[in-house]
Amino acid sequence: MNIASFAPLAVVLPILGAALTFVLIRHSRAQRVVSITLLSLTLLLECILLASVWDGGTAAVNIGGWLPPWGIVMVVDQFSSLMLVVSSTVSLAVLVYATGQGMADGDQDAPLSIFHPTYLILVAGVSNAFLSGDLFNLYVGFEILLTASYVLMTLGGTGPRIRAGVTYVVVSVVSSVLFLIAIAMIYGATGTINMADLAIKLADLDPGTQMLLHVMLLVAFGIKAAVFPLSFWLPDSYPTAPAPVTAVFAGLLTKVGVYAMVRTETLLFPGDSLNTPLMVAALLTMVVGILGALAQSDIKRLLSFTLVSHIGYMVFGLAMSSVAGLGAAVFYVAHHITIQTSLFLVTGLIERRGGSSSIDRVAGLAKLSPVLALLFFVPAMNLAGIPPFSGFLGKLGLMQAGVALGTPLAYALVIGGVLTSLLTLLAIARVWNRAFWRKPEDAENPDPVLLASPEDADSGDRAGKRNVTLLPRTMVGSTLGLVIFGVALTVFAGPLFRVADQSAVEMLDRSAYIQAVLGENAPVPPIAQPEPARQEAHK
Amino acid sequence: MNVNLTLLTVMGALYACGIYLIMERSLTRVLLGLMLLANATNLLILATGGYAGLAPMFSKDTDPRDYNDPLPQALILTSIVISFAVTAFMLGIIYRSWVLARQDEIQDDVEDIRVAETPSFDAEDDSEVPVETSEFPLTMIGSDGRGISDSGVSDESPEHATVKAGDHSIRAKDAAAEEQPGSQNVAPGPEGGVK
Repeated sequence: MNIASFAPLAVVLPILGAALTFVLIRHSRAQRVVSITLLSLTLLLECILLASVWDGGTAAVNIGGWLPPWGIVMVVDQFSSLMLVVSSTVSLAVLVYATGQGMADGDQDAPLSIFHPTYLILVAGVSNAFLSGDLFNLYVGFEILLTASYVLMTLGGTGPRIRAGVTYVVVSVVSSVLFLIAIAMIYGATGTINMADLAIKLADLDPGTQMLLHVMLLVAFGIKAAVFPLSFWLPDSYPTAPAPVTAVFAGLLTKVGVYAMVRTETLLFPGDSLNTPLMVAALLTMVVGILGALAQSDIKRLLSFTLVSHIGYMVFGLAMSSVAGLGAAVFYVAHHITIQTSLFLVTGLIERRGGSSSIDRVAGLAKLSPVLALLFFVPAMNLAGIPPFSGFLGKLGLMQAGVALGTPLAYALVIGGVLTSLLTLLAIARVWNRAFWRKPEDAENPDPVLLASPEDADSGDRAGKRNVTLLPRTMVGSTLGLVIFGVALTVFAGPLFRVADQSAVEMLDRSAYIQAVLGENAPVPPIAQPEPARQEAHK
Repeated sequence: MNVNLTLLTVMGALYACGIYLIMERSLTRVLLGLMLLANATNLLILATGGYAGLAPMFSKDTDPRDYNDPLPQALILTSIVISFAVTAFMLGIIYRSWVLARQDEIQDDVEDIRVAETPSFDAEDDSEVPVETSEFPLTMIGSDGRGISDSGVSDESPEHATVKAGDHSIRAKDAAAEEQPGSQNVAPGPEGGVK
């Protein structure tokens, strides 16, 4: 009995919380207490899980005592537990933020009582997807989080949200159907859906069949991860949701797609058969995404485009299939979840303080609220990759891996990555100049609250209510907590990078994963065409 | 592995119709398309189970090869439940979309169109700056600073101009504010929605 046996609790606890908060739907105070307590417990458990695999090692849990490959397994390794800890930290911060928003004003835009149960289901789905060692269970995890996200996306049922929700639901369902077809075909071809077992059996298939299954999985996950050309849905749908919902979607949902792509590329289909197309997709995702961001005038939409663009960095790291590249990608995922979520949370605060999220209308916030300026500035510089922040370290790791690979395409990606970083800085600086430095009077049609005298600045009128607290302490506090967590990723980047690299070694080696699931004696098939870069990195 | 040809043909037809339908602009047809795709996929999963056999309930005398493969059916059961939930939800939002906008069509993103139509000239970034816009204006030494106003607003400020609205007059500034998208007072746009 080791600590990893408790891994299923990371899924069960949020579901339990969802059930309790659903029963308590008329008691908002009890709901808040229950959901925050259970999410904190989940986070604590996941921290213990991470600590147990911090120095390496993989543990598998057979659900219900069914032995793999027949039963469902959950696998705890460095990558999955790191993702769990980061995602739960982020979801806890967003939950506190949403609670603060709900307490400050019970208006139409604020999360309703259905928010808490749905949100906890979303967290359960994310945890399930990260832990799953079974392809169909991964699909179920995706469906849990997607169904919860449909409800959160259309919360309140206003016109724009319904419009965005329809696109989002249709695109997500199509990607799920593709994933399900791929699972059916994989089962037809190999007779198993256990990922460790598949790692052994897929290698025996005809290369053409392998390629088909591989491409289908990547397309299905690519839609979820918003990799160009499958990213068009994201900037359309995310910005209309309530601020905390957008924040958690931006942080977690696309990263679950990236996580699934990483597992596909390393565990199921190792080797470099699709590295070139993935690299081209990564380059286009980075450049097209950031060019889209430059055209936007709404901060939420701008951030949605930077989100798409930075997915390209992770795909780049993944596509190199070298230890350095994959390790940097793992680090980058952890960094990006935190930073992107903090930025969306700050945007929610900007919208409250400035009355709008359009950079044409918001102005003068640096003077009106220095705290807000600080909260925006730190993650914004982090996103753009200014030293010494974690964004810089992650990008540096990717660039080093790209240069070490040394192919012309890798150099093109390195250049594209630097360019994207600079353009991100440009986009972010545009927001900064207008929303924070410009004087309120110069803005186009500024909200009256921006022009109010400093004495009245603590509160304003919103949605027909008088004296709404503009920046409630809970909301600012939770955002500040997340920004500090982002800075902590920078401060502890050394140990974190070590773990990321170690997890990359284990993922590329595969034997730890396969043997943890199928027992010590399981054969680990050699990778079809080992490329020189990987052997070199193994030393 | 044997497969049932009828099932395969039906599956192919369902996929073809489903793909055709999700290309439509009408939401109800898209929903029907998604339902067909989900069912076609269920048939595909069923086909992966191979030939039909005995119910997989253990008895000592049965040859293991006579059993049906139970796993695909378990998978189908799960996927039916999921597609049921998603279909119900989609019906809900399609109805809501009908209530709000009175149309059963996928609507364009207003913000997308607005961004696409925005000229490349940006008044904020590209126009020449005629006056000192700094927060801390440099007053010219030896002058009264009158020449370099930092407000950019002329003396005949439109602060007090009024426009007629119905039977009373309101300040022009407020009237302009109400016309802007995002204003609390603006009537529902083409997307519908009552505040």
